[in-house]
Amino acid sequence: MLFRYILILLILLPFKAFSLIEVDITRGNLSPLPMAVSPLFTDNKSKEVFQKIINKKDVGSEISIIVENNLKQSGLFNPLNKDSFLQEADIAHLKPRFEDWALIKAQALITGKVTAVDGKLRVEFRMWDVLAGKEMMALAFTTVPTNWRRVGHIITDKVYERLTGEKGYFDTRIIYVAEEGPKVQRIKKLAIMDQDGFNVKYLTLGNELVLTPRFSPTNQMVTYLSYFRNLPRVYLLDIETGRQDVVGDFPGMTFAPRFSPDGKKIIMSFAKDGNSDIYTMDLENRVVARITNHPSIDTSPSFSPDGKYITFNSDRSRYQQIYIMKSDGSNVKRISFGKGLYGTPVWSPRGDLIAFTKLHKGKFYIGVMRTDGSGERLLTENFYQEAPSWSPNGRVLIFYRETKTNSKGEGFSAKLWSIDLTGYNERQVVTESDASDPSWSSLLSN
Amino acid sequence: MIAAISLPFLSKRPIDLPPIISVQLIQIADNTNIPFAPKAKKIIEKVKKKEKEKLVSEQAPPKIVKKEKPDAVPLPDEKIKKVKKLEDKKQNPEKIENEIKQVSEFEKKELFDPNNIAALIDKSKEETAEITNKTEKITQDQDKTVDVLGLSLSEEDALKAQIFGCWSIPLGLPYDENLLVKIKLELKPDGSVIRSEILDHARMNKPGQGFYKVLAESALRAIKLCQPLRVPTTGYERWKDLQLNFDPREMLEG
Repeated sequence: MLFRYILILLILLPFKAFSLIEVDITRGNLSPLPMAVSPLFTDNKSKEVFQKIINKKDVGSEISIIVENNLKQSGLFNPLNKDSFLQEADIAHLKPRFEDWALIKAQALITGKVTAVDGKLRVEFRMWDVLAGKEMMALAFTTVPTNWRRVGHIITDKVYERLTGEKGYFDTRIIYVAEEGPKVQRIKKLAIMDQDGFNVKYLTLGNELVLTPRFSPTNQMVTYLSYFRNLPRVYLLDIETGRQDVVGDFPGMTFAPRFSPDGKKIIMSFAKDGNSDIYTMDLENRVVARITNHPSIDTSPSFSPDGKYITFNSDRSRYQQIYIMKSDGSNVKRISFGKGLYGTPVWSPRGDLIAFTKLHKGKFYIGVMRTDGSGERLLTENFYQEAPSWSPNGRVLIFYRETKTNSKGEGFSAKLWSIDLTGYNERQVVTESDASDPSWSSLLSN
Repeated sequence: MIAAISLPFLSKRPIDLPPIISVQLIQIADNTNIPFAPKAKKIIEKVKKKEKEKLVSEQAPPKIVKKEKPDAVPLPDEKIKKVKKLEDKKQNPEKIENEIKQVSEFEKKELFDPNNIAALIDKSKEETAEITNKTEKITQDQDKTVDVLGLSLSEEDALKAQIFGCWSIPLGLPYDENLLVKIKLELKPDGSVIRSEILDHARMNKPGQGFYKVLAESALRAIKLCQPLRVPTTGYERWKDLQLNFDPREMLEG
């Protein structure tokens, strides 16, 4: 018997040696991650080639600036000043001296080189963990030289994904309404640009009023509303080919056509017999289906990413509030109960949040709430702002804001702004002219 | 392309080492110099709960000291057996280096290099040898000293405060996922890290858990940045093995 006890003890004793002290680390700092973006090295021969083709002296350096700006704009990273770099770009790409980079407090390092291969642009880049002294990622792309800006955005997406664990949103475009002229006689044109404000193109001439362009979540199609002979008309526009189709003429007030998640339907509201309700239209057979049927005003519908639910705003409870329902119109449920008026609900591509515009005591807010209405957070407040649109990763919102142009409150200016979900990283998205109604595309490179 | 190096099983020991928490420790708790976190209430409740548990454990039957007599010390052979058993449970044993592990290692291994097979085999041999040597060195003395108190709250606070400053929490993390990263450290007497190991390693390469890898890397970076860690000047045997549980949920929820 004694022998048995001893045996059990012998088995159990080693466990004591493994007993560990545990310490819970529940706090840290939320400051952006310091990182170094070394210029991408370009050899002299390649420089000459690119000088001829795209008129850029040092395309590698310019790509690294794009990456740096993107990372800075995200608010999650702090690209360090290049003047503090101690190692040359070409050597750093081969073998970084981690002590040098750690000295300037960089925690991650991006290096790379650009070469001309048969008239094409070949970019190779690496990301390094400075503290661990290890390579984290290495990728190479080959493309036509005119795509050099996109290469910068794609690199940023890869870096962002590697360091945050979620997809980026840099290789994307934004479609919006470019505005010019006095408020009473405004010229509104459809315009598209890269998410960083470059490569602006105008898609309409401005002869007709255009409103609420929206990207398809699956491809580069856009739907928008335009007035033709004073009648609202819904259009489909293929950004790649420039082809434009009329989806249909609709009676009365028509609002905000938006795609379903599979891109096969559009959902919108229009007034029939003086009553605004929500309808869908199948883009293949053009069959229109009525989704809500209520004497109140139902507008601004937006599908959930799985297509099973729709969020919209309605004044059926006297004041304008946000509702959700199943995609067939059943199980309507009010989700916003705060003070003020709620409008333009948009379901996040991640499915977890609904963004909205709120009007309360004469001020406009852009905010988010969970899909059951809980956890309302107001991200930004201003004199007038609305129409939030999600980045494809559901992390950032773009919207437009009107401001008075002088202290007397005369004149106004409309600009695009972005804000991330923390509410701290608010930035103006610079456009050539005034701008409104932005819509963010899905990732181009996926 | 994908070769996952996972440590699927590094058991969270049944932490039954309840008893020997002295009342003195609880008194020290009042002296903490770290300000309360935003969700202080939660933490206080947690601490209270812990204290409750500690008190309960004090009332538990005393340890059978007699059984720790020299004749009860496990034979080296048996210990080796035990360690080897643990080794077998690993899907892919890997070398534990004298530095912070980096996820890029795994990515490199994704680019599988057939020429490295020999090196990998060597590594696993080295590891076994290393562990074997260590287990052989365990003496009765050490066994006794391990079996004492954890860090006092002041000591714990000092360590926490240091790591709080070094840990850059990735801001893109999802709010509604399990964000706990457990890292086991082996420390030198001066607080520098001999080796570090992510305990729930298997999650690193699970689909849809990309954020976990990011979070684990940020925690490893914090340890690397902070070292030597602010550890007590005495009682090395007590804290030479330490587990840090990184959980940013409180910060992210604001």
